[in-house]
Amino acid sequence: MSVKKFVVGCFDDEKVLFPAVKNTRKAGYKIHDLYTPFPIHGLDHAMGLRDTSLHTAGFIYGLTGTTTALTFMSWVFTKDWPMNIGGKPHLPIPAFIPIVFELTVLCAAVGMVLTFCYLCQLSPFIRKDHFHLRSTDDLFVMPIEITEKTNAEEVKAFFINAGAVEVFEKEAETGWWLGRYDTNRKAFEKKEQTVIA
Amino acid sequence: MSLLRYESQVREPLVDGHKTYHDVTEDICKPVEAAPSRLWWIGFLISVALLLFGVVSLYMEVVYGTGMWNLNKTVGWGWDITNFVWWVGIGHAGTLISAILLLFRQGWRTGVNRAAEAMTIFAVICAGQFPIWHMGRVWMAFFVMPYPNTRGPLWVNFNSPLLWDVFAISTYFTVSLLFWYSGLLPDLATLRDRAKKKWAKLFYGVASFGWTGSTKHWQRHESLSLVLAGLSTPLVLSVHTIVSFDFATSVIPGWHTTIFPPYFVAGAIFSGFAMVQTLMLVTRKVMQLEDYITISHIENMNKVIVLTGSIVGCAYLTELFMAWYSAVKFEQDIFFKYRIAGPYGWAYWLMMTCNVITPQLFWVKKLRRNIAFTFLMSVVVNIGMWFERFVIIVTSLYRDYLPSSWSVYYRPSIWEVGFYLGSFGLFFTCYFLFSKYFPVIAIAEIKHILKKHGESYKENMDPLEEQTVEEFAHDQLHAH
Repeated sequence: MSVKKFVVGCFDDEKVLFPAVKNTRKAGYKIHDLYTPFPIHGLDHAMGLRDTSLHTAGFIYGLTGTTTALTFMSWVFTKDWPMNIGGKPHLPIPAFIPIVFELTVLCAAVGMVLTFCYLCQLSPFIRKDHFHLRSTDDLFVMPIEITEKTNAEEVKAFFINAGAVEVFEKEAETGWWLGRYDTNRKAFEKKEQTVIA
Repeated sequence: MSLLRYESQVREPLVDGHKTYHDVTEDICKPVEAAPSRLWWIGFLISVALLLFGVVSLYMEVVYGTGMWNLNKTVGWGWDITNFVWWVGIGHAGTLISAILLLFRQGWRTGVNRAAEAMTIFAVICAGQFPIWHMGRVWMAFFVMPYPNTRGPLWVNFNSPLLWDVFAISTYFTVSLLFWYSGLLPDLATLRDRAKKKWAKLFYGVASFGWTGSTKHWQRHESLSLVLAGLSTPLVLSVHTIVSFDFATSVIPGWHTTIFPPYFVAGAIFSGFAMVQTLMLVTRKVMQLEDYITISHIENMNKVIVLTGSIVGCAYLTELFMAWYSAVKFEQDIFFKYRIAGPYGWAYWLMMTCNVITPQLFWVKKLRRNIAFTFLMSVVVNIGMWFERFVIIVTSLYRDYLPSSWSVYYRPSIWEVGFYLGSFGLFFTCYFLFSKYFPVIAIAEIKHILKKHGESYKENMDPLEEQTVEEFAHDQLHAH
């Protein structure tokens, strides 16, 4: 959660973007992130991101649902309140199938979506800094962080060379804060630092 | 060329016109950003009026009891449960399109999945109303939930198909909603970033959950969609299976058949696709989305309709055969004396005509690609499917084992009809609001397939078509 300086390169074609990502990594620049209007297959691997384990989480949530449904219904029908329903067995496993299945699906789906929202910091009233408004329209936006070691002009030249259609510098908050998109209340205030000599 | 995966020109493009990514955004967002048209207001107000009539009908039912409906001694389930099953059936197309067709990698689903999913959710909301208000003492509706109570605790009966229904429908609603909304996030973010007005910035800003389009987020989003599709696929099939258990696990002649689950699922897909056609044909015309919902999309859905219609037809005939083959007098009487003949025979034959005979016309390619005919058929199919449920429910009940309790001719009271019309009002009110304030087509998904299936990009395939196999294989091998 801090304000950092970035040089942002915007691309408008996947054919240019893939070599650009490759060259950026080769040149040793750290890609802060890559914002695209739609999922581009293979881009995560090109950027060197590891695969997500969200589906594993989903599997575990699903199993939780299965176990909950099975144990709960068994407990109700055998321990808590055994009922004689037309002489049927107290533990009718086949009759449990529908509810066990539904609860498995419900837990897996709800759990996964919540995990997804948590991991991607998604929620109503969450505000983030966006590098370019067209990154949800038709531009692929790649910011590179500027530190003492990187030269902004050099990165700009690199981007233009790589085929970027738009290059600019921007200060941006990297985290999220509680806010709305119709007001410009920032999470941070720029304060003059008083240096005590 | 690495992204231009080769696709034969024989396949029709999924997106017509020479579009760029920005054009796609413009085309789909423009109707959302424009002020509502007069036509929209008229449609919306009619829907709200119907909804209000439904509210009045329910008020009568709640205050004076279910006696306000013409249900009688043997016909304990009438229009209410007919409407319930009908709406649930309609609510199957959306998730089927987005889940099963996603797993089958059918690119054409992208044009219609968003609106179809929305339709699913609204249809399930409508469906849920019927069993809930049918309870009569609706303020006790929460009794269906298994919660620790002061009555023992006396739990619900987990063996009952009616309880399975509670779980199935609520799970289906929740999962469909999550699937739909997680897909909407990126598109709402697109609208947010284009918004000029204050309220739009606020609304789409809140609704898009702060989506940025980060590659890592997209990666998780893809994984989420895939798993949700994998979960929804058996879920869709399970929901109508469980609805059919409401009937199939009973011992009423006409209901007690093992064919019900697949037969109900096919019927659900059949009526769901018909409703998608009804809505999409109007939506594409009014919102000028003909480039995205093309004739080939319509044709594809008509193919599904003719397939599922034929399965349903098969099921009808199988039922008749099994009734005869069972050699059970009651079973035979229900089917041959009281269903295809008798006072409700007209309903049976209406169902047969609408569901089995007329959809066969879709074998003709010209008719499959005819918009006016498709629209007419989509309405006919849903009338037929309503009568299917009516026939199953009412004709199995109105003459039971004891002739002395045979009911008089069951016809609905004005409040039953009002409740049904009210559900239409609810459905269309929701759909009008959705189509005005949400992107009716999945923008990100269209962009994702644009360079593979878009018309302008397919033209790039010309030089590839002329290559020899060896040249083509050689080039593709080194494309990455």
